[in-house]
Amino acid sequence: MQVNGCLEGVDSMFKDLFRTKPKYVTVRPQAVSIKQDSSAGLWEKCPNCENLIYKKGLEQSFYVCEKCDFHFRIDVWERLRQIVDEGTFEELHTDLVSDNPLGFPGYPEKLAQAREKTGLDEGLIAGRAVIQGNPCMLAIADFDFMAGSMGSVVGERVTRTFEVAMEQELAAVVFSAGGGGARMQEGVLSLMQMAKTSQAVERHHQEGLLYLSVLTNPTLGGVYASFASLGDFLLAEPGALIGFAGPRIVEEATRQKLPNGFQSAEFALEHGMIDKIVHRKDLRQVIGRILHMHRKGLVPSA
Amino acid sequence: MRNGLFEWEKPLYELELRIEELQKFTADKDMDLSREIATLEKKAEYLRREIYQNLTAWQQVLLARHPKRPTTLDYVELIFDDFLELHGDRYYRDDPAIVGGLATFEGLPVTVIGPQKGRDTKENIRRNFGLPHPEGYRKALRLMKQAEKFQRPIVCLIDVVGAYPGIEAEERGQGVAIAQSIRHMSFLRTPIVCIITGEGGSGGALAIGIGDRILMLEHAWYSVISPEMCAQILWKDSSKAPEAAEALKLTAKDLLSMNAIDEIVPEPLGGAHKNHQEAAANVKAALRQALASILPIPLDILVEERLERFRQLGQWQEKAVAASEARK
Ligand SMILES: [Zn+2]
Repeated sequence: MQVNGCLEGVDSMFKDLFRTKPKYVTVRPQAVSIKQDSSAGLWEKCPNCENLIYKKGLEQSFYVCEKCDFHFRIDVWERLRQIVDEGTFEELHTDLVSDNPLGFPGYPEKLAQAREKTGLDEGLIAGRAVIQGNPCMLAIADFDFMAGSMGSVVGERVTRTFEVAMEQELAAVVFSAGGGGARMQEGVLSLMQMAKTSQAVERHHQEGLLYLSVLTNPTLGGVYASFASLGDFLLAEPGALIGFAGPRIVEEATRQKLPNGFQSAEFALEHGMIDKIVHRKDLRQVIGRILHMHRKGLVPSA
Repeated sequence: MRNGLFEWEKPLYELELRIEELQKFTADKDMDLSREIATLEKKAEYLRREIYQNLTAWQQVLLARHPKRPTTLDYVELIFDDFLELHGDRYYRDDPAIVGGLATFEGLPVTVIGPQKGRDTKENIRRNFGLPHPEGYRKALRLMKQAEKFQRPIVCLIDVVGAYPGIEAEERGQGVAIAQSIRHMSFLRTPIVCIITGEGGSGGALAIGIGDRILMLEHAWYSVISPEMCAQILWKDSSKAPEAAEALKLTAKDLLSMNAIDEIVPEPLGGAHKNHQEAAANVKAALRQALASILPIPLDILVEERLERFRQLGQWQEKAVAASEARK
């Protein structure tokens, strides 16, 4: 599916279409992760420095506050717009729909709400893409879909991302925003996705292929403790929350005051848990450069 | 819980006391009460089955946490010989919340690993209530790689409510330690048997839970999250843990039906804590059988089958391709 082409212009038509058939929705034309409620919708208040930002300007600034560099949460379509060469994303594995394997109370309703809220059919989209001329397999999680948590479908899409990458000898690039970790509502089956995805990463690794993992805000729990932390390269966006047990759980368990910036990307970098923090405006270039440097058959130019 | 007894066991306990009394009376006073005793015993037998075969998910969780339930080292002592504990992750320190080492199982050298809860308060504090830090998982992985080098089977005895959610644990990469353990354990070229003996909580259990045969004790639980935390997150009320336990489908029977485990190991009536010897004998028999079934398998095939098993786990619906074509 070609996505970039429909990012602008056809909003209302698409919105209507999705409202009636929320089950099959994967395309949403606009980045609307940002709250639309302030000041008649023209201005957005930065949650970090309270700076008022003209919304139209946010798109040019990659949804980053120009005053304090706060990185707003963005949805998968905005991420595609920022990262992928225009018109190159081809979504795969769209035929997988979450079930309610445990008959967990309220789960179908939560899924329906998440679909309605995000226009996505699940918390992660996967497919083939080109980034600065470099073909790769790409997966992007959306925090607004049940906190980016991993159930069977997310686990399967991640696994297939690596499997197709192996078949086609491609690098894999994964943006995780799994603040919800492994999804509770699928019980032990969600837990097993940690094994399944980690194993797929390792098989891809054994073929000598590149895996670039980008940790976006927040990446926690079973997502962090499986595929997300197993990249050859671990990049993070500034300020992203990264860890196993979330800060509230740590605080409650230890009854200790958490250190300043606990589990921030900066904290993770300082403790040796990631390779690099990359500002969103540079992310596409940095990913493109790393992908390029891992192309087969590069020779000295002189 | 009083005297190690749960509320739901009390009627049975009182009945058993009464039977004992009558038996004593018979002996002391030389009176024949055998008919009364027989009646009460029938009633006790009925109650026993009523109580222990209809445990709710939450009651099973409580059984799995019984303070007198055999711990990893109890099983090691009762099942293996010549246990030689090995320490340290070679990076930072030795984590007493995970024990591991060399042992023999009916003459066969194996590597045994498992989280260790304390058997009293003092030991619990030393062992951090059996909640491992990253160095515990790194020690476990080091010992597993050692086992692979010497083609020793690995036996993991799993009883852990979760990896420790502490500041230092996070600073030292709890998530990374778990992920790396899952990743490397999956590809180890040596047979692995995992036995969930008590609690199987989340990634902290899965980190040492990738096996060729995965067994689970009758009253153990295994899930993505503990019922209390699940209730806290979903309903902002950890007192709803019993409901969460039910919803999570975390009992051995549930897991067997989802193919997440291979076999249920029976426990003594009322739980493993009632009779350590019997519990250990059951585990030993199941382990013997599990090892016998995987030891002959060539390593290439063993690892492939291990991976294939996890590859199959998950459940979803498949949307008709036509529907997805239509929206392009
Ligand atoms: Zn700001």
